[in-house]
Amino acid sequence: MTFSKTNKDIKSLLFVNLVRVLFFILLGVLMLIISKIFIEGIGVINFQFLFDEPKNNMTSGGIGPAIFGTLAVTILMLLFSLPLGICTAVYLSEYAKDTLLNRIIRASINNLAGVPSIVYGLFGLGFFVLFIGKNIDSVLKSGLLFGQPVMLWAASTLAILVLPIIVVSTQEALNSVPKSHRDAAYGLGATKWQVIKSVVLPEAKSGILTGTILAVSRGIGETAPILFLGAAFYLPNLPIVYLCFGDFCLPMINPAEQFMHISYHIFILATQSSNPTVTLPLQYGSALVLIGLTLFSNIIAIYFRYKFRKTERKG
Amino acid sequence: MKEIKISISNLSLNYTGKPALKNISLNIPAKRVTAFIGPSGCGKSTFLRTLNRMNDLLDGVSVSGKVLIDGIDIYDKNIDVVNLRKRIGMVFQKSNLFPKSVFDNLVFGARLNGIKKEEELMEIAERTSKQAAIWDEIKDRLDENALNLSMGQQQRLCIARALAVEPDIILMDEPASALDPISTGKIEDLIYELKNEFTILIVTHNMQQAARVSDFTAFLYMGELVEYDRTSRIFTNPSSRQTEDYITGRFG
Repeated sequence: MTFSKTNKDIKSLLFVNLVRVLFFILLGVLMLIISKIFIEGIGVINFQFLFDEPKNNMTSGGIGPAIFGTLAVTILMLLFSLPLGICTAVYLSEYAKDTLLNRIIRASINNLAGVPSIVYGLFGLGFFVLFIGKNIDSVLKSGLLFGQPVMLWAASTLAILVLPIIVVSTQEALNSVPKSHRDAAYGLGATKWQVIKSVVLPEAKSGILTGTILAVSRGIGETAPILFLGAAFYLPNLPIVYLCFGDFCLPMINPAEQFMHISYHIFILATQSSNPTVTLPLQYGSALVLIGLTLFSNIIAIYFRYKFRKTERKG
Repeated sequence: MKEIKISISNLSLNYTGKPALKNISLNIPAKRVTAFIGPSGCGKSTFLRTLNRMNDLLDGVSVSGKVLIDGIDIYDKNIDVVNLRKRIGMVFQKSNLFPKSVFDNLVFGARLNGIKKEEELMEIAERTSKQAAIWDEIKDRLDENALNLSMGQQQRLCIARALAVEPDIILMDEPASALDPISTGKIEDLIYELKNEFTILIVTHNMQQAARVSDFTAFLYMGELVEYDRTSRIFTNPSSRQTEDYITGRFG
């Protein structure tokens, strides 16, 4: 018997090292992009940049309205896509029988994830703005209010764009709840809905949150779908409406307004401004803010997921 | 045999076309422990699950025959399965506590019944965990995650949880198979206590356990009821050759 290395061992060693090299290449590219943006962008970031509006034909000033618009449209997107996505996943995982129709629904959802985002934009323009919006206007006789590209339709379109992400990850989370826990609840005389509400959904919470993180990360940076749907070059006022209860007024996002958006703003600075070279630092700064926002939303979600997990399986 | 709690006649169950239970008939006495023994795959657990209709949750199951509980046919069209399961507690092979607090687990069934008042829930939690002889161990840990308890404690908490819906029948599917001897002993003591108030059916592959805890024993083999008698008789003087072979360890 010999203990010398065989051909097979050397092959596996080679493979492991190949994987290792590829990993570092990937990591390197990522670091390169982020550090380039960071180094070029960090210089312009200060309080004014984050809160001021663009000035002097976009060549100076800040991106405050764009940050606001990005957050507003992303929040609205979640407001639409989370309930719809979670309900869809609950239906598909818990209620739907394995019929042809349900298979078609499942396949469609998976395929939605592969549709190019510009197609979503055109769809949003055609379906939401020109069909739904126009019809709402003609029914409500509201003139031209809904039948134009506004934040509401941008958020709706982004919601459809991230829907498959939410549905698929929620389904995975639901399926990972042990059957024994369902049995326990059924054994205690729970109805199907009670089992879902008191056992399955609470246990799937952290998985659903993971899907939400992915959805936000995807939706926050999308540019193509919002191009035709209310992303504005420059707006003097924030898309805000005041809801007043007597003397007490609450500022709310106004979904019937156009909005500025960081990703679109970068696109404008790079292609539409009077002097793209002058605005270069601003572009990097905006890109850095966008990455920062994504990271920030991820950190918040990871914190909550950690908290949920801790209560789920302590010990 | 005294008062009959469950009367089963010609019960058969097919799972995706294959027979899993064949023509089983037996009467189960009230406030006694009835054990079901037999080799793996003989249909013990399936049988137990026909009694609270947990098999309904599986696709491809068809049941024929009659199961009468207190004279009522539980497979009748007018039976509300949810209400049926509230009258029948079930304890599973492995603890399946929810990843919630000890208290939330104990009162899960009570909350399903719409009880919301904190004092009332507390009272239920205390009563049932005293019944399940676990109150002293958990009374200071009610807010802790139930999965922090030891395996034996978890299983007794499962029993307490099942008691909280105030059943009169308790089904136990190998409740001690995942436990160490000391925890198993505690579960068996508990079963002995509980039979004063509840009709208990226990599935076990441990014949000594069946001999220790039960008043009646049924031996199932390949989906058929081979023999059903007083435990003392089954283990000393079984009438069937198969039963004798099984309990003496010649197969199974």
